[in-house]
Amino acid sequence: MARLAQVAPFINMFKDLARFCRRRVASIPLAFDRAAAGFPSPADDYLEQRLDFNDLIIEDEAATFVVRIRGDSMKGAGLFDGDYAVINRARTPTTGCIVLAILDGEFTIKRYFHRGRDILLQAESPDHADIVVTEDRSFEVWGVLRRSIRTF
Amino acid sequence: MSGPFALVDCNNFYASCERLFQPELRDKPVVVLSNNDGCVIARSNEAKALGIEMGVPWHLTRERFERLGVIVRSSNYTLYGDMSARVMRVLAAFSPQFEVYSIDEAFLGLGGFEDRLEHHARHLRSTVYQWTGIPVSVGIAPTKVLAKLANKAAKKDQASGGVRALMTVADQEEALSRFQLQDLWGIAGRLSARLQAVGINRPLDLRDADPRFIRERFGVVTERMVYELRGISCLALDEVVPDRKSIIASRSFGQPVLKLDHMREAVVAYVSRAAEKLRRQRLATAHLVVFIETNPFKPADPQRHVTCPAHLPVATSDTGRLAGAAVLALESIWRDGYRYKKAGVMLLGLVPAARVSGGLFDRPDTEASIARMRAMDMLNRRFGRDTVALAGGGVRRPWKLRRERLSNRYTTCWEELLEVPRPGTDVRV
Repeated sequence: MARLAQVAPFINMFKDLARFCRRRVASIPLAFDRAAAGFPSPADDYLEQRLDFNDLIIEDEAATFVVRIRGDSMKGAGLFDGDYAVINRARTPTTGCIVLAILDGEFTIKRYFHRGRDILLQAESPDHADIVVTEDRSFEVWGVLRRSIRTF
Repeated sequence: MSGPFALVDCNNFYASCERLFQPELRDKPVVVLSNNDGCVIARSNEAKALGIEMGVPWHLTRERFERLGVIVRSSNYTLYGDMSARVMRVLAAFSPQFEVYSIDEAFLGLGGFEDRLEHHARHLRSTVYQWTGIPVSVGIAPTKVLAKLANKAAKKDQASGGVRALMTVADQEEALSRFQLQDLWGIAGRLSARLQAVGINRPLDLRDADPRFIRERFGVVTERMVYELRGISCLALDEVVPDRKSIIASRSFGQPVLKLDHMREAVVAYVSRAAEKLRRQRLATAHLVVFIETNPFKPADPQRHVTCPAHLPVATSDTGRLAGAAVLALESIWRDGYRYKKAGVMLLGLVPAARVSGGLFDRPDTEASIARMRAMDMLNRRFGRDTVALAGGGVRRPWKLRRERLSNRYTTCWEELLEVPRPGTDVRV
């Protein structure tokens, strides 16, 4: 009876370990037929390829982080409260992309524009004004937001 | 692995991991506490500048830390382990010759990159920082001992930009002259005192000493240090270890331990820690001492301080064998009715594991046990402490409750992700 309570922390630990040992593969079966490409092997009838959603979501694994969107300041870009945002630190921000940044010590997600030294952060909601990043503010791009995941 | 070598070391690794997701920790003195919120095991540069020492117990310095504005975090090994794996993955792309040395250090063999060592290292450093947010320092030299020293020089010298190469004798001499003997890898306090007794006071003295003399007086490992300091690579990685006579693992408990079951778990956990150190130095032992203590700062409580030696028929480095002996010793000294505050294990009489021979009935460690222990150590080194442990060390650990200042597992737990903007943040940001 007490057994389960005993092993529960272990299970969590191994889950954590498993996550950084290998990618977890979420997959669905896909029928695979190569007949059109040449002489088929009889085994092809039984071959299946599985789709790995990580292929769609992760670009540079060691540089990929996930954060949770709060609020609606980016709703115009399709980012809503509770969505998971996939951040890639390996990408260099280009003008017009969406970034996770630290402005004056606080995390924020905004559309990022720069021309020369001037940086503008733009929300995608009429309730939020643009922010001109003046030189007296501390600013750093933490990573580039590349994907979001939401449940409908 | 062939030289030149780069030693890549994460700067204040635990504090850097905490800062990545908590910008309010930047430019502030930050310390990370040991597993049980016992003592300081990691410091940011700002904390070092305040004179905060490694190993100071938190309960004694709490008020001072608050006065100084020191930010305290419990150790979040899940986060550190994941960030370490990310850093290592990025590093591995910079050389086909790559060895993880610890959770925050790795060696790279840079043979073939001779014409652009510093350039390659600076590119590596900026890539690791961009991808993972962890700052690293890189030391480059013809040998691992000099690479370690180069790394220290890179950290010490602001102008280095985090990269220092010691490829010429002139550069090596300049760096060696700025450090002390005990700054060298593998020269612990005791060995440096013994070296000083024969007139070897500075790193350059050791480099210029007669290797045969050093071998006779201090052994083959120290002799190889001499060659390494001369730029002749001869030290296998796992030989670079301090010479020790004993290994101690002990800690104060978060809350008093009243039951033998809980104490047994604690003792097994300490044996595991000590045995890992033992194996890292390729040593074995047949002698250990278990001690348990009540809190001397609570004179109203009944007091008890006992130690019990335990001896095995043959020297071993197997955690299971050592733990078995330690538990028997503990049970022989255990008395109910005391509030135990501290326990520990000391390993004594350390001998090189390779020289252990068995008796008629008592065999030294088998190949299988050695392999099992090696796998355990590798996992723990790579993924953080206690990834794999003996179940006797406890999975509940009621004696280990203190993790008051634990940050989120930002990278491994869906429920603990960073929220943006963070709750309570000014919406205008």
